[in-house]
Amino acid sequence: MTDERIKQVSALRRAMIRPELGATAGTLLVFLFFLLIAGDSGMFAPEGIKNWTVVSAQFAIIAVGACLLMIAGEFDLSVGSMIGFAGIVIAILSVQWGLPVWVSILAAFAICLLLGWVNGMLVIKTGLPSFIVTLAFLYILRGLTIWLSVLTTRQTIIGGVKDVAQNDWLAFLFGGVVFKDLFVWLADIGLIEKFVAGTRAGQPVVEGVPMLVVWAVLLVAVGHVLLTRTKFGNWIFASGGDAQAARYVGVPVARVKVSMFMFSAFCACVFATCQVMEFGSAAADRGLLKEFEAIICVVIGGALLTGGYGSVIGAALGAIIFGVVQQGLFFSGAESSLFRVFLGTILILAVILNTYIRRMITGER
Amino acid sequence: MRKTLTAIAAAVFAVAGFVAPASAEGEKFVLVSHAPDSDSWWNTIKNAIAVAGEQMKVSVEYRNPPTGDLADMARIVEQAAASKPDGIIVTIADYDVLSGPITEAVARGIPVVTINSGTLEQSKKLGALMHVGQPEFDAGFGAGERLGAAGAKKFLCVNHYITNPASVERCQGFAAALGVELGNQMIDAGQDPAEIQNKVAAYLQSNPDTNAILALGPTSAHPTLAALEQSGKAGNILFGTFDLSPEIAAGIKAGKIDFAIDQQPFLQGYLPVVFLTNLARYGVMPSNSVNSGPGFVTKDNIEMVEKLAGQYR
Repeated sequence: MTDERIKQVSALRRAMIRPELGATAGTLLVFLFFLLIAGDSGMFAPEGIKNWTVVSAQFAIIAVGACLLMIAGEFDLSVGSMIGFAGIVIAILSVQWGLPVWVSILAAFAICLLLGWVNGMLVIKTGLPSFIVTLAFLYILRGLTIWLSVLTTRQTIIGGVKDVAQNDWLAFLFGGVVFKDLFVWLADIGLIEKFVAGTRAGQPVVEGVPMLVVWAVLLVAVGHVLLTRTKFGNWIFASGGDAQAARYVGVPVARVKVSMFMFSAFCACVFATCQVMEFGSAAADRGLLKEFEAIICVVIGGALLTGGYGSVIGAALGAIIFGVVQQGLFFSGAESSLFRVFLGTILILAVILNTYIRRMITGER
Repeated sequence: MRKTLTAIAAAVFAVAGFVAPASAEGEKFVLVSHAPDSDSWWNTIKNAIAVAGEQMKVSVEYRNPPTGDLADMARIVEQAAASKPDGIIVTIADYDVLSGPITEAVARGIPVVTINSGTLEQSKKLGALMHVGQPEFDAGFGAGERLGAAGAKKFLCVNHYITNPASVERCQGFAAALGVELGNQMIDAGQDPAEIQNKVAAYLQSNPDTNAILALGPTSAHPTLAALEQSGKAGNILFGTFDLSPEIAAGIKAGKIDFAIDQQPFLQGYLPVVFLTNLARYGVMPSNSVNSGPGFVTKDNIEMVEKLAGQYR
């Protein structure tokens, strides 16, 4: 055996060194845990499942962007502010200026991608840590958001998006629900409950699959294929692992990193658009602390904070763990202040477990 | 390896200990507020639902979005409905965001009572059974009646958050009780204490016939009091304010402030629990909404209020 690249590796070992192993085990544990303590609380009834699926999907959308960026060796702390900013942009353009909703959404995406590009270029050109650059943008964007909304409407919440978004084709892609007929049928055969009063009496309590969830699945799939099946995916790993070495072998590190900043901004904008379309309003304080929640999902999912290692599937599992724990604790009747104690505990356990398994298997010190 | 696993198992069970349901018997209610964790005002409501829960032998859970994000709050309302409680108590912090989840809970047959923010009309439109809160116009009107009886004719309303429509309603109610136009008697004071103090002093100098002041909360009341003290007018001018603070309590005791308006958050937490329990057990429910405020804190009742401030008042 002279060349380690063709060395036979056992299937078990191959499975054990995958970054998402810890997250897979964690997901199973979390589900088991809540089936035991909250199995009869409505958490695993259709509406309960929809509730934590939607929350997990929200986390997953921003976690995919954060994951690819972190594997490429950078952070984006402006994700949360970007969510608030994109939402306000859509609301101002559509409600205040009266532009068609699809134009407003496309404009918000264009602005977010541009901001992602600026983030990336600043990091590349100045050589500053992305931590500092995006921290600056966390404040700049939040301030701009509040200022813009107060300037145009004299308040920090802009409502009325639902009215202007009716019958808009692009708005449906973010705020609609799909597979409605399937859910009506499920309600007819008694698997899902129906509303008993009000104007929607007789309709199923779970209307369909929200587009938010479709977006999450789509982004996870695209991110996973991009990372593991394409040349560009290898470039991402290489840029985050050792940027200088990557440059020597011809990887366009700057381009990779800037495009990942743009992708992270794109994900934040998807999140914001879904939120605005669902709730019909944008607020200047939306998305607070979401940047950390995205990073937590990625870390629970087995990625390294130093870059060069991680997986999109892991990040998605991290998002599921986060969402299930957050909503599950409620169903089990826990004191709400203790949620963060639990979250912190899970975060530490996940990281310890990941590190432990990786060291044990790879023999690294 | 075994040691690590044991440690992890121990940790999981330790955490599982936290999450045992608060009470297995009796009805289960959920109160969802819009307040971020940092908001201490809501502690009174938490205490109120604890008292009501004990008295009625029911369990009441308090839920809030940790950062105050109202979209998160909407998810919590959805979640509350999915857990099939015997009733939901919720604030109408933003009608647009919350109307979906609240009407869905109502349509699922869950009794809903709205509290604190929002109006009677909004509460009715959502299909809630009742609203327990302080109508802002009426609260201002009540303040105007009191100071009017004491001789108020020309007044100053110190508004430190003019962007909030509810705050303007308070000043309008006050003017209506005195039977005058609000006009420029309301000033946009801003949030900075030095700025507020200077604006109040300047207003009183240019309008010397002003004989009454209404402040909309501690933020505007403290600097206003400082301005009055500096010009020697403290105690010689009618002065009412919203909400309580140690400084305001001292001002009332010293006779520099005539009263503070308390919206009695205790009632906003306590009453819905009692009403919903009676609805669940005996099918009875008052047919009108409840105005929890204005409750007036004056020299006569300041001692008891001071003792309970932050806990039940």
